Amino acid sequence: MKKLFAQSYLWLLLIMLYAPIIIIAIFSFTEAKVLGNWTGFSTQLYENLFAGGVNNALIVAIENTLIIALVAATLSTLLGSVAAIGIHNLRGKRRAVMNSLNNVPMLNPDIITGISLFLLFASLGITQGYTTVILAHVAFCTPYVVLCVMPRLQQMNPNIYEAALDLGATPFQAMRKVIIPEIKAGMISGFILAFTLSIDDFAVTIFTNGTDGLDTLSTYIYADARKGGLTPELRPLSTIIFTVVLLLLIIINIRTYRIQKRKEAKL
Amino acid sequence: MKWLNKLFTKRSSWSIPYFLFLLFVVVLPLVLICYYSFHDGTTGDFTLKNFEKFVSNHEAANTFIYSIGIALITTILCIVLGYPAAYILSNSSLCRSKIMVILFILPMWINILVRTLATVALFDFMRLPLGEGALIFGMVYNFLPFMIYPIYNTMQKMDHSYIEAAQDLGAGPFTVFRKVVFPLSMPGVMSGIMMVFMPTISTFAIAELLTMNNIKLFGTTIQENINIGMWNYGAALSLIMLVIIFVMEFFSDSDEDRASNEGGII
Repeated sequence: MKKLFAQSYLWLLLIMLYAPIIIIAIFSFTEAKVLGNWTGFSTQLYENLFAGGVNNALIVAIENTLIIALVAATLSTLLGSVAAIGIHNLRGKRRAVMNSLNNVPMLNPDIITGISLFLLFASLGITQGYTTVILAHVAFCTPYVVLCVMPRLQQMNPNIYEAALDLGATPFQAMRKVIIPEIKAGMISGFILAFTLSIDDFAVTIFTNGTDGLDTLSTYIYADARKGGLTPELRPLSTIIFTVVLLLLIIINIRTYRIQKRKEAKL
Repeated sequence: MKWLNKLFTKRSSWSIPYFLFLLFVVVLPLVLICYYSFHDGTTGDFTLKNFEKFVSNHEAANTFIYSIGIALITTILCIVLGYPAAYILSNSSLCRSKIMVILFILPMWINILVRTLATVALFDFMRLPLGEGALIFGMVYNFLPFMIYPIYNTMQKMDHSYIEAAQDLGAGPFTVFRKVVFPLSMPGVMSGIMMVFMPTISTFAIAELLTMNNIKLFGTTIQENINIGMWNYGAALSLIMLVIIFVMEFFSDSDEDRASNEGGII
């Protein structure tokens, strides 16, 4: 009885959480301008999304989003992994300073990060565009990479690295053959996390994308939604984004599940 | 050359590039916010004018108080709705499936604008007017997963022998909850509050979309001022927000929790 009650509460909340997105998905398959009017099944809106001359801006925005996310995630992963190895080998006060500095970007609300970086670029006279957006994304993604890699370093047996050096490996070889394999899983998680954070970002991007009309998916949706409330084309777009995120998360979870299984098998 | 080689091999020095990077993109920008907020835009002199303007300008101050009110309501609703959910999810006798947990966390990963537009769509669909009700519903809808996840996380890590000990000592289910489970879950609630309250005050764009531009929150006020070139005033408003975060942070000291919570399921 108690269980039934608990289960129905969860389902009720889930319905509330998912109702909006399901309604959008359903009505992305009809042509009606006003949401809620069903004028028969049609994939017209999906075609408009990708074909229309005006809407080509959308394709450009998607490209921008993916390029920025890829570059920013790659740079964050490199910078964050090197930094994590460095911080792991720091002691005492320096380590505490680095850890709290690393926390600052995560605690700042997006709008503060965005405005502070805007002021930085503006007062240094840097023209805002691709470079500044990527720099800004690296700034708020890297701390998460550091947090993903750190636990791996802590789990690692430090003697293995020393042993490699004793056996005649150069520090570079020891790094490549010993440390990198140990932290690889953390680096991959960090990369995926940075990639998603970058794709998702709106507040930081809008302050750093300059005036040349560099649009990512978020800023495109924002501009579009401001113009006409809810343009019909945003329905298929939201549906696609939702499906892609859903698939990505399922893949990530299967991956984590497998890694865990493998670990258990090893033990 | 030798010292360079030594610098490279000593692994603690690998944190130097990141340290410099953080100085440039985190510390310096925050210093700039302080600098701008205490300076006059036209003359460049030191001034408290920007803060005086905030206090005397009723519109900004009212928006600020209104935003805190909306954020409080949102946070309380999220706790009331989210706490039981987190409790059920972490209790294996009530809910066994991991998929449920994923379903609750999933919305955290969807673009906040898409989620907001979905709320607008829901209100359109139900023929409900957009306004304050939509604003609060939208905020709760957007931030509920951010409340559930940290609470779920702390409950998950909770040592169950405490609960068993309390039961052995004769405590009924309600007493166990009140004396053991609830106090132990407080850190999760605190980080949940941080993750709901602050974003609600600071979001911009979302409130306009949910209320057809009728209601502004504090984040919007800041954004508008920056957009029209009032950098100094905008910086002062940002600084006010930063101070609030600092104070809240001081009382909750859950920064590490939050960091691991935003990591979601990975």
